[in-house]
This record gives sequence, C-alpha cells and structure tokens, in this order.
Amino acid sequence: MTPLDTPNPPLTRKDFTSDQEVRWCPGCGDYAILAAVQRMLPDLGVRRENTVFVSGIGCSSRFPYYMNTYGFHTIHGRAPAVATGVKLANPGLDVWLITGDGDGLSIGGNHLMHLLRRNLDLQVILFNNRIYGLTKGQYSPTSLVGKKSPSTPMGSVDNPVIPAAFALGCGARFVARAVDTEAKGLIATLTRAHQFKGTGFVEVFQNCPVFNDGAFDHFTAKDVAADQQLVLEHGKPMRFGKDKGLRLRPGSLDIEIVTLGEGGVTEADLLVHDETNRAQAFLLANLEPPAFPVAVGVLYCSPGTGTTFEVGMHEQNRVARARGLGDLNTLMRKGHTWTVEPDPAG
Amino acid sequence: MDTFSSNSTSQRELIDSVVIRFAGDSGDGMQLTGSQFSESTALMGNDLSTLPDFPAEIRAPAGTTFGVSGFQVHFAAHDVMTPGDAPDVLVAMNPAALRVNLRDLKTGGLLVVNTGAFTPGNLKKAGYDKSPLDDGSLAAYRLLKIDISKLTLQAVEPFGLGNKEALRAKNMWTLGLMMWLFGRERESTVEWLRQKFAKNPNIADANIAALNAGHVYGETAEMPQGIHCYQIPKAKLAPGHYRNVTGNEATAWGLIAGGQLAGLELVLGSYPITPASTILHTLSNLRAYGVTTFQAEDEIAAVCAAIGASYAGALGITSTSGPGLALKTEALGLAVSTELPLVVVDVQRGGPSTGLPTKTEQSDLLFAVYGRNGDCPLVVLAASTPGDCFTMAVEAVRLATKYMTPVILLTDGFLANSAEPWKIPDIGAMQPFPVAFRKDPAGFHPFVRDPQTLARAWAVPGTPGLEHRIGGLEKNYDSGNISYDADNHHKMTKVRAAKVAGVAEDIPLQAVDQGEDSGDLLVVGWGSTYGAISQAVLGARKAGLKVAHAHIRYMNPMPKNLGDLLRRFKKVLVPEMNNGMLVKILRSEYLVDARGMNKIAGQPFKIAEIEAEIRAQLEN
Repeated sequence: MTPLDTPNPPLTRKDFTSDQEVRWCPGCGDYAILAAVQRMLPDLGVRRENTVFVSGIGCSSRFPYYMNTYGFHTIHGRAPAVATGVKLANPGLDVWLITGDGDGLSIGGNHLMHLLRRNLDLQVILFNNRIYGLTKGQYSPTSLVGKKSPSTPMGSVDNPVIPAAFALGCGARFVARAVDTEAKGLIATLTRAHQFKGTGFVEVFQNCPVFNDGAFDHFTAKDVAADQQLVLEHGKPMRFGKDKGLRLRPGSLDIEIVTLGEGGVTEADLLVHDETNRAQAFLLANLEPPAFPVAVGVLYCSPGTGTTFEVGMHEQNRVARARGLGDLNTLMRKGHTWTVEPDPAG
Repeated sequence: MDTFSSNSTSQRELIDSVVIRFAGDSGDGMQLTGSQFSESTALMGNDLSTLPDFPAEIRAPAGTTFGVSGFQVHFAAHDVMTPGDAPDVLVAMNPAALRVNLRDLKTGGLLVVNTGAFTPGNLKKAGYDKSPLDDGSLAAYRLLKIDISKLTLQAVEPFGLGNKEALRAKNMWTLGLMMWLFGRERESTVEWLRQKFAKNPNIADANIAALNAGHVYGETAEMPQGIHCYQIPKAKLAPGHYRNVTGNEATAWGLIAGGQLAGLELVLGSYPITPASTILHTLSNLRAYGVTTFQAEDEIAAVCAAIGASYAGALGITSTSGPGLALKTEALGLAVSTELPLVVVDVQRGGPSTGLPTKTEQSDLLFAVYGRNGDCPLVVLAASTPGDCFTMAVEAVRLATKYMTPVILLTDGFLANSAEPWKIPDIGAMQPFPVAFRKDPAGFHPFVRDPQTLARAWAVPGTPGLEHRIGGLEKNYDSGNISYDADNHHKMTKVRAAKVAGVAEDIPLQAVDQGEDSGDLLVVGWGSTYGAISQAVLGARKAGLKVAHAHIRYMNPMPKNLGDLLRRFKKVLVPEMNNGMLVKILRSEYLVDARGMNKIAGQPFKIAEIEAEIRAQLEN
C-alpha cells in the first residue's frame, strides 16, 4: 500500500470516475451525490488506490461501480460487517460505506448499530429516499405513516425510524445530515465526516423521482428551504428563515420556535449550537416538520478519546507481538508433552 | 478389561486396556476430573481417546438425570482409536449419574459410588424408590461404596473453607483414588491446580490435599474382594514428541500454521456457538501468532467481516456450527461469486434447528456441499481425528488461497472436545505455499485467471493501478465488469464449477486405510467415525472377512480415483452419524449401490455396532 504521507499527484474529478455507464433513473438524487463525491475527493488529497467504497444492496449500493477506486458491492445490509473486516485487515485504507434506508436501517440495522458503537474510522453515507427503489416502490423503514405502496395499499401503519436519532442512540460520535442537490452543504458535510477520526455518519435526503418523488420537497424546495431548514454551525445561534430562531422553553427540555424582535426576544436568547453536546443533538435530530424546521449540517461531533475499533485492535496485536511474531512450534510444545523413544528392539 | 496376569492385591495387576467413565452433576467437575486423568495417562505413555458428554444447560438443577455430565476415557498399552464402547469402570458421584450411566457398564465392571450423595432427596430426584446400593440390584458389578463427600470434608478441613466450597474438592478426591487404582502420577494435576488457583493458594492447597487424601485412601483402606490396583504398560507409539490435543485446539493451531505457511495475516470473525466457541477462544489467545480475532454481532457479520478481510489482503476465517452455517449461506455465495479465499470451520452438532447443541452429529454434509442459492460450488474438507483437524485446517488454508475459493472444513462436536495423544508436527518441515498478490497493472482485470488453477488474481486495495470493483452481480468473463449476458453467465457458472472440480488434481488419491483395494465389502466413512470404523474393520478382518476401510477427507471435490475404488468391491457400506448423506453423494456421483448405516443418537458409533453391520452385510 502506498504510505499515507506520500505526496499525492494532483487528481481531478475525472480520475475518480470509472468507465462504467451510470445506470440510475433520470433525475435520481444519486447522480448529485455521486458528482459531489467525485468533485470532493481530489480536494481531500486522498489516493485512489487507498480508497475503498463498500456498499450493500439497493439503488445507492451501485455507487462503487462508478468510482475509479477500489470497490466492493456486497450483499443486502451487510456492508458494515464487510467494511469492518476490511479495516481490521488494513486500518490504513480510507473506507466509504454506501447504504440506503432499507439496506442500512431494515435488513442491515443490526450491523449498522454495531458499526456505529464500535466507532470504526470510516464514513457512512446513508442515502435516505424513504422508499425501496430497486424492488419497485415498497415502503421503507423511513417512510412516513400512511405510506401507500405496492405492499401497503391501505397505507403503512408503522412509525418510521429517524436515522440521525438511531445513529445517536447507537453511540455514533459524528452524526450529520445533508440534502442531495445542495452540493455545497453536502460536500462540506462529507468533508467533515472524512476529517473525523471514527465513524462519520451522514444521512443524505435523496429524492427518488420514480417511486417517491418530492418526499423532501417540503423542506428542500428552493422556495421553502430557508424557512424549513435549520442549517447548523458550531458556536452559532440557531437561526433560520428571515427572523426565526430556536430556544429552550424555560423550565423544560423542549425546544420552541421564537421570532426575533417579538416579545423582546434577541439573538442572545437563542440556543447556540454546540456540536459536542449529545443531548442537544438528540433534540435536533427529532425536530420534524411541519412544527419545526429540519436540522441539517453537523448535528453531533465528539471524538471523545479518539479511539477507533481497528486502532484498538491493532494496538492489542502490537502489544501481543511486542517480542516478535509467536513461534507455533514452541507453542505446541508448551505444557505437558512427552517423547516416545524408538523401540530398541525395532 | 483384558486381564493378563495375577490376582494379588499387594502388587499391581497388569492389564492391557481400560475404559473409565466419570459421571456426576454438571457442577461436580467431572470434565476436569476426566481431562486431568487423561493428561496424566498420556504422560504415562499410554495411548488414549476421550469422550466428554455434557448437557446443554450450564448448571442444570442439581441431582437431576438431565443434569448429568460424563467424561469417558479409554487408554491402553496399544493403539487406541475410540473412547471405548462400554466402560469397565463407572464412577458415579450421585444417584442420577448412576441411573443414567449404569446400563452402559460392562457386567462385572467396577462401580465406584459416592454414598454421601445417596440421600433420600437425591434418590428421589433420580427416580429411585429405594437405594440401589442396598437392594442387591447392583450384584452384577464389583461395587465400591465410599462416602467421598465426608472423606473430602475431612481432608480439606484444615483449610477453613465453607461447606459448599469444601465439597467442591470431592472431584479431586475421586481423581486421587482413581489415580491410585490405575497407577497414574499426580504431579501434572498438582501443577495444574497451582496454576489454576495461583491467586488463591489456599484453594489450590485444599484441592491438592483432597487429591492426596483420595490416593492415600486407596493405599491404606481395605478394599472389598475383587478390587485391585492395576498397571497398564506403555503403548508402542511411533517415536516422536507427543502431547494431548483436542480437535478444536488442533483446528486453531492448524489455521495459524496455514497462515504462516501462506505468509498471510489471519482475521477470524466469529460468533459464540457450541461446540465451536473454543476455536474462537483459542485463537483469541494467539494474537501474537498473526491472527486478529473479532467477536462479531452475529453469524452473518462474522463471515462478512472475514470476507472483507480477505478482500483487503488478509485471510478471512470464520468458525461456527450448523445453525451459524445456515445464517452464513448468503455470504458464502458472495465469496464464491467474488472468488475470494475464505475458510469456514463448521463444528457439526445435532440438528435440525437448535437440535442437540452439545451432542455430536455429521448432518451438515449435504448442506456444506450443496446448500446455497444458485450453482455455488466450493471446497469441502472433513477431519477424521482430533489431530487430523490440524492437517485439514492447513489444507483448507492452502486450497482457499491457491484457488481463491471458500473452503468449508467439517469437524464435529466429538472431534472438537475429544483428546488424543498427538505427534507434534514441525512447522519448519512443512511445505510453505506463499501467496503472491497481483501487482502488475498490465493486462489486469479482477477476474483474469491463472490458466492452470483457474484462480482469479488477488489484487488488494492499496495497490496502485489495480483499482477495481467486485460484487455479487455476475461479471463479464473478459473484463470483470457487471454482465447480464446469457452466454456469459453460462460460461462463468461453468468456470466456477471447473475451478473447484480442478482441485481434485491437487489432492491425494483416495487411499484404502485398511485391507485390499478390492474385495467383498468396502466400508466408507468420513469424519469422526474413523476410529470406530477402523477398529470394526480390524475385528472383521481378524475373523477372516474380506472387508476394507476407506475414509474420505476431501468431500468436494472427491479424490478422482474414488469411483473406481468403489466399483472394485461387491458391496459398499457407509456408516454415518446422520440419516444418510455421504451415501447419497456416492450413489449419485458414482452410480454405485452403496448402503447406509445410520446412527443419529448424538453419540459416536460403537465398534461393536459397526462390526455387527459388517457381518450382516456379508451374510446377506
């Protein structure tokens, strides 16, 4: 493997683009995410040969085929487990895990949970389109209650999972959100995830124009985005729209919307985003329209001791091998052994 | 017991072989007693084989018949290949242990009972209306009644233990007595106790005192008539350096050896499951030897992590048992499709479903060979003895890396826990099989193949110029890119099959383990039935029957001469601990009229059972 500190030849978006024809439906949000990643990687200064995209199954999981890096399109839901093996074998690899709401939160929810709590040093991009696309439009674990689909013609009755809240609950130390078509915010968020030592979890609201078109329009459409999105910045007061802000309702742990200038409210009354505050991150993850704006950007970033699973495991290997690689011949001759001498009688 | 000589009680009676079964509550420490006795026996130069038999419950209610745990050891002055059909000696620590095990004891066998545990309560729990010790129902055996509980309490009294803790030492008292009876040395057990209780020397001393007290009791107490102490001369083993080894230990060491011979780091992904967990435990203690061990969140994650590790240039390994193998099947398909090396150890147990977790069976064979969606061939190996687990684990690593294929190594619960003296191999004398990763970008695509082995190139992330994508979708033969082309899929399916079939060119021809290579009857076995079949065939041949024994270790592909060998016999008998699996494969692959012999009792075959079937086959 090329050492990580080797100077990188300047690369361009083209260098990260494979020769395979992209086969998503016209207008799919996946195109925007692919373009953002291909644009971003040269700026991150990473090397193609040290970069690995690992995915599960679903529309989004075709992503690795379009990247001119190493890539592994695995089986449904299991990408976190495969990626764990990749990092255990070679912690130096820069791994991106591509998954969707069905792949990551339904069939693979268990693996995603354990990946997040183990805090492997890799990036997870969860493409959330609130629908099963590749199997033609069944409802997903992030579909809203009442979702009519081929498998729920009378509407779904189960409550959706909130991916960011799930990730926080699993012990994730970096949780962020971005919108597929907002390239600037998406690239900034993915860049932060990449910088993070540990699992950088990024949920991307991704439009499926065929089976769930406009699922996020109520907060991503150009005319409403400013009023319906709370763009988070660490250390900055939580403002959105022209004059709205969020504050803690006095005497409670609830967040309420206030209007600046009304009833003597000033910016000093607003909550200030502290991305290292886990309790606040939970409150932000659970803000939902129409009552509240959707929080986007980095909800939570707290490296803690900075210990990642694979580094911890390799540190143990290093301690175990402090005196060199063990000699199996010696090991097998330890303990109670005995020698049978050749029979002198033949 | 095969007796050779005198009856004197003052000197040791020379005997050729003996089978002892220790039985008690699952909390009585019978597994420790048995394994310590075996350790000492091996050091005395006897050949031996053991059969631990314990319930699935960790601590079943005390005194119940379903909580009985047993450990059988067979040792002799000659080659020992099975744990013995029926015990010559039964040690029963309580009424339940007597009730469960008495039917197996040979008539005239020695029966040692702890009368201290024959309380009205325990008798009732075991289903006795009155004590069998007093009603003459044990007259067919040589009964040795000792209040082991009381004698143990006396022996450990100076150490000031509580009553419960003091009573725990009764297994060591019993061990001491048995060591006296059979002339075993106590040193290895003393040493082991000191190590085990290094942080609590008082407990160590109490146990050693109990051990010694049992021994002294044997030396000094007046034994009932007909009970002697015995001597079993050393067995004539091939010269060399020996140790005792269980199948799971040997498997773990074989995997390490394989990794070193291949020049690869190992990554084990595993999820705890009986009876495979000790492979995970053993390897977790061997991180210094080039293995990273990962206890995954489930069986699927375990195999997927192993696959990810292989993709990234280590050798991925996963260890499991039947229910776990079931969960891993989709991932095995991925490893077959992406043609990545992978070793899967399946320590078989009784099925279906949860089945009999602590009992042995050979019922995953068809599943291992055929049990995946799609045409999904992979290599399947089977170890035949505890020591053979080492050899076949090395072989699994060799074939997985040379042919870029998953390999399933089948062992079973009996092999896993059973111990035998094992001539320790010299790693330095083994042929290395170093792996060469692809480095050269010229003409590279991920499915470019070695023309001879048909193995694809192993190109590892981190290698400049070889960036590529693989996955479970079908790929084009010529480029490795996704392909939905009909003819290409046909070709790729055939290539994957040909690659695995080609392994037959790289494995030993099927040998006849015993007998001629043609005749009236060939007994064909696989896996842990080796010892029982071998002894049964030996017996039948001594009686003049024209019978031979072949034992298959390469289950898929099979040795290329196997069909011819089968056809040179008038009859083929296939004893298996399942409802007929190898027999199905032999019949379908070779069109021979092989007949099955099946035992699905969670217990190994007895020699006599197979010998009787051999006779029945030849009489008809």
